Amino acid sequence: MKNKIDYNSDWNLDPAPESIGHIKLKSKYDLFIGGKWVKPKAGKYFATINPATEQQIADIAEAEQEDVDAAVKAAKKAYDTVWSKLSGKERGKYIYRIARLIQEKAREFSVIESLDSGKVIRESRDIDIPLAAAHFFYYAGWADKLEYAFPNRQPKSLGVAAQITPWNFPMLMIAWKIAPALAAGNTVVLKPAETTSLTALKLAEVIQEAGLPDGVVNIVTGYGKTGAMMVDHKDVAKVAFTGSTGVGKIIMKAIAGTNKKSTMELGGKAANIIFEDAPLDQAVEGIINGIYFNQGHVCCAGSRLFVQESVYEVVLRKLKDRMESLYVGNPMDKNTDIGAINSKKQLDVINEYIKIGKTEGAEIYQTKCTLPKKGYWCKPTLFTNVAQSNRIAQEEIFGPVLAIQTFRTIDEVITKANNTPYGLSAGVWTDKGSKIFNLTSQLKAGVVWANTYNKFDPTSPFGGYKESGHGREGGLHGLEPYLKFD
Amino acid sequence: MAEKDYRLSPRVDQVGIQDRVDRITKRSVKSEAKRKGLLMTLNMIDLTTLEGADTDFKVKQMCYKAQHLHDSFPDLPTTAAVCVYPNFVKTAINEVKGSKVKVASVATAFPSGHSSSEIKLLDTKIAVDNGAHEVDMVISRGKFHSGEYNFVFDEIAAIKEACGNARLKVILETGELGTFDKVRRASDIAMDAGADFIKTSTGKISPAATLPVTLVMLEAIKDYYYETGKMIGMKPAGGISNSKLALQYLLMVKETLGGKWLSNEWFRFGASSLANDVLMQIMKQESGNYQSKDYFSKD
Amino acid sequence: MSRIEVLKTYKIYIGGKFPRTESGRYYQPKANGKVLGNICLSSRKDFRNATVAARSAQVGWAAKSAYNRSQILYRIAEILEGRRTQFVEELIQQGSKKAQAEKEVNLSIDRLIYFAGWCDKYMQIFSAVNPVASSHFNFSVPEPTGVVAILAPEESGLLGLVSQIAPTIAGGNTCVVLASENKPLCSITFAEVLSTSDVPGGVINILTGNRKELTPHFGRHMDVNALIYCGNNPAEIKTIHEAAVDNLKRVIIRDGGGYVSDNYESPYLISSLQETKTTWHPVEKIGAAGSGY
Repeated sequence: MKNKIDYNSDWNLDPAPESIGHIKLKSKYDLFIGGKWVKPKAGKYFATINPATEQQIADIAEAEQEDVDAAVKAAKKAYDTVWSKLSGKERGKYIYRIARLIQEKAREFSVIESLDSGKVIRESRDIDIPLAAAHFFYYAGWADKLEYAFPNRQPKSLGVAAQITPWNFPMLMIAWKIAPALAAGNTVVLKPAETTSLTALKLAEVIQEAGLPDGVVNIVTGYGKTGAMMVDHKDVAKVAFTGSTGVGKIIMKAIAGTNKKSTMELGGKAANIIFEDAPLDQAVEGIINGIYFNQGHVCCAGSRLFVQESVYEVVLRKLKDRMESLYVGNPMDKNTDIGAINSKKQLDVINEYIKIGKTEGAEIYQTKCTLPKKGYWCKPTLFTNVAQSNRIAQEEIFGPVLAIQTFRTIDEVITKANNTPYGLSAGVWTDKGSKIFNLTSQLKAGVVWANTYNKFDPTSPFGGYKESGHGREGGLHGLEPYLKFD
Repeated sequence: MAEKDYRLSPRVDQVGIQDRVDRITKRSVKSEAKRKGLLMTLNMIDLTTLEGADTDFKVKQMCYKAQHLHDSFPDLPTTAAVCVYPNFVKTAINEVKGSKVKVASVATAFPSGHSSSEIKLLDTKIAVDNGAHEVDMVISRGKFHSGEYNFVFDEIAAIKEACGNARLKVILETGELGTFDKVRRASDIAMDAGADFIKTSTGKISPAATLPVTLVMLEAIKDYYYETGKMIGMKPAGGISNSKLALQYLLMVKETLGGKWLSNEWFRFGASSLANDVLMQIMKQESGNYQSKDYFSKD
Repeated sequence: MSRIEVLKTYKIYIGGKFPRTESGRYYQPKANGKVLGNICLSSRKDFRNATVAARSAQVGWAAKSAYNRSQILYRIAEILEGRRTQFVEELIQQGSKKAQAEKEVNLSIDRLIYFAGWCDKYMQIFSAVNPVASSHFNFSVPEPTGVVAILAPEESGLLGLVSQIAPTIAGGNTCVVLASENKPLCSITFAEVLSTSDVPGGVINILTGNRKELTPHFGRHMDVNALIYCGNNPAEIKTIHEAAVDNLKRVIIRDGGGYVSDNYESPYLISSLQETKTTWHPVEKIGAAGSGY
């Protein structure tokens, strides 16, 4: 393409590494049960590694059946004897304490999050951790106001909530789970994803420091097997899961026929739709933010881009140019835009899809950035010449890989956008108000971003239609899944 | 006559612009990159005095400063230019003779732009005849707001012609335009009509230059470059008084238009007090100590 | 000589039409020792056809103005009122006492009116403007889940049926209902009410047949978005939950019975069949406090 922007320059940023000297980490983490650190009964531990360097950070306990039983027991006891007897106001004050302590230790949390997950420090510092604290702060205030959220309905807590969180936003997803559960009066057994346990364990320290009654929050670490034990436990009243649709279905099968309530935040394959009358530069920024935010490890990522044909060339040109200006590399550098892929396993999945995309006949474009030798990396990638039936346009890749299609009419793009079993999110870009409302009302998705993308807020309900799951997290709507009504 | 309908200029979303700016302001410029960026900044400054109280003596002092930013540091670059009213052009030309410093003159009934076309042309002609290398004109904001885009276009084209070999910077006075959509529209008109540079402000109106408004203009320049292959320069002016902010502007240029724009051929700061703050930062980097303003000449 | 009574052939109701089951099968439920009729034993194909009808009607039904949906529900009540004698007779035929039957018809009519009133109000109750920290206008609104399959209560042939259908369609969903197996008469007569009440074809589809046979199909159909199960058979509930996993359809268990109580008059019955959609849009900050211009 002619007149390409050339980002080469003899003025280049120097490394600006976030300092990590102040971080307090143990070399070995036990399970947090009943307010205490407990060794796993079987004595098994696994390593958690920094995906940017492949170096081990710490050993993490692997919880087995006996440990899970102990955690649920502790949660049940705490529910029966303390937490369910506490007034909403007092519950709220504990949650406020947690929020404040996270704020006080925000930098430490951010650094640990980036070390453990590969996400860039800019995001963990500016998005993940502040939002996590804000989530606790928001729900703390609901604890003594539940009757106002559900008029005429007498809300009651459920009991013990088993919560399983993913590795893409480790701390933030924990906040999304624990905060409303506690506000609604439940106690919690939580299992973070096996590749990113550290912020959860750090939160356990905060919970101790906050003086939360023993057993109100229990944190057990381990693999999917540990999660399954939690889901199956008879004393669990509620299961909340964020992760893949595949695992979500296994969980739903497991709790079939029981009275366990569930919230499922599952996969997505969101359409991000650019009309010719959109503010194009901001739309391009929205595309970048939609698919390359957090290395594309985002369930609501705008992974299917639909560009109106009349502006396709110019959007593509702007997009490619903008991609070249992204800094890819060390997550701990304050200037890095795109960090490491969370695990070897996930990198393999992404690379497999890139291969599939090529085999399917789509045209690949990757930025010219140089990747570090060690660690797990993927260049920002896009595919053009994609057909709606291609697997890269149908299946969730969960990486920095964008599939681009063009469209001509509103009808066509709505049909294609909704032509998926998922329904988590969508994006629309146009300067015309009436068109926005047409699109936002017809797109089958739980969150629709118009002229923006990937925005999150504790007051804003998040969750999917169809196979993207059920229940909402965030906002007033996020309380309901943790309550029962007469 | 303009060939385009400028009402159809691309739309700009203010919140999106702000989001992008926030990304840039959070970048961290350290060590060598910082030193280089600061020196580059000095070399991009149009050292400016546009006061009613300006005198030959004042202009002379400023011209000296432009060439010798700090006498204890002889290796410092000069500023890009000095910027004065037309009646001081002769003085300035004399003072900067033999250096790389250019002389820019405001013109066209600066700062309001309210006068007859004849006067504006004459204003420009006087500046150019007196030797100005660059002319900083203002657009007719009143006509622009009335939707008389052809008038605005034709006026810029006429001034461009009057400039001869002098480079033309077109001041949009963004603080009076009201929305980013209109900033974009005015940028498009100016570039199509022959501007060599587009410039945010006169410095007489608040708000003057801001990062968001500059980003809107840089994106317009980018689109123009895509379309024509022609590079247009950018000059934010007014309100840029500290080093950190200046470096953020440079980063914005780099991340929007690439490395080619990072020279005073294509990017300028219109500023009067920025130079001293940059000097203080350079001294701080050299000595490791934070600096006091008392040690830097105020001209 | 006394007049020979004309007997009624009971059909099923799909897409606004009254076919017999495509399978040609029937069954003969009894009450007080008497056969109620040759009732259609609907097949899985009938269910499929009904679902297709419900799907194609859904977008149009949801797109009707809330005011219009409200009027249509009200119209159902009006027509039902006009045919109350027939319903009372059928309920008696199915084993109810007269007073009981009359009460059931009255309550059914009133319940339709109750939900007619909610059509243009529930949205106001369940919507929210969310005060996000960034410069965005953010709001959440309920949207219909889509096509709802209903396994209607066995014990309450009319009121139970109406109590499930009314909140479902009030919220913009369409439905496929399997009527009470042993008390099916009112369901078909109710379909006749629907077909004369401005309800577009396909919005409500009513099948009769064997619950055990059809339950797994109700659970498994990939184009059904939600399923209401009325009853308390643990084995059936488990089957349904498991089957629903394939497309993660929403499952709602209503085991209460007690349709005469006020519990079945609540907007939460509508909201349980709604998805929450949250929309974000930037709010320009020019000329406002903290202007970033």
